[in-house]
Amino acid sequence: MDFLVTHFGEILFYSFAGIVLVGAIGVVTLKNPVHSAISLLATFVVVAALFVLSHAEFLAAVQIMVYAGGIMVLFLFVIMLARVKGVSPDQAFLSHLVPVAVVGGVLLTALVAAGVLLGVLAVGDGAAAAMQAVDGVQVGNTEAVGMVLYTKYLVPFEVVSVVLLVAMIGAIVFGRRDRFIAESDGEVGS
Amino acid sequence: MITATHYLVLSLLMFGIGLIGVMVRRNMITVLMSLELIFNAVNLNLIAFSFRLGDLSGQILAIFVITVAAAEAAIGLGLIIALTRLKNTVILDEANEMKG
Repeated sequence: MDFLVTHFGEILFYSFAGIVLVGAIGVVTLKNPVHSAISLLATFVVVAALFVLSHAEFLAAVQIMVYAGGIMVLFLFVIMLARVKGVSPDQAFLSHLVPVAVVGGVLLTALVAAGVLLGVLAVGDGAAAAMQAVDGVQVGNTEAVGMVLYTKYLVPFEVVSVVLLVAMIGAIVFGRRDRFIAESDGEVGS
Repeated sequence: MITATHYLVLSLLMFGIGLIGVMVRRNMITVLMSLELIFNAVNLNLIAFSFRLGDLSGQILAIFVITVAAAEAAIGLGLIIALTRLKNTVILDEANEMKG
């Protein structure tokens, strides 16, 4: 128990690093794109946990929302739209996974509970430790990131919004259905 | 004690795995996913240095990387949709009109 408390950071880092590497190898090696996507999702979530370990709490939240919430849903939609071979879920395969899912859920809950308990033992109240100094004032991570982002990095921030607008227009143009029909008829696209 | 070096080694391994995926896989969707792995490796690097130096600029840069990665994913997936409409495939080797 003493070993667990004193080496809490190391244990967390090495477990997360192991999961990240297994997930990354899964993304590259798995044949079915849906399995690759699930593996990538696990990798993203655990990378967010690593962000928390390095006191980048705001980025961890952004990572979960943008990657796990946004980009992964986009990937799964495209996998379905592109109708890649072997993607349709096999009912028997899924129902045989139910006990595995239950055991995995229980284990994950136990792991998180043990992690929280050990974390409280190791660092006590984490809120004070997570404070950062900006211009001599102690603030939380989100506030600190906001202060730097909207003062020192305001111009790059605005430029990035233009990049997003261009990407949005580009994605809409690529996704238009009448684009290829108009070209094959020799007409100018409407 | 976990140092920045630990994070850098993990980031290097992630980057390498992603790079192998981009070069070896022929399915365009998997190639894009490997690209996201590379972006994540870069972010891990930035966060590790931000933590090590006590400077928030690394975290700001990581936010920009995440934004550009989202834009790249939207464009790339739009390209996949266009490719499936045109050629009915997501295999990169079959999109060979340019004879590259």
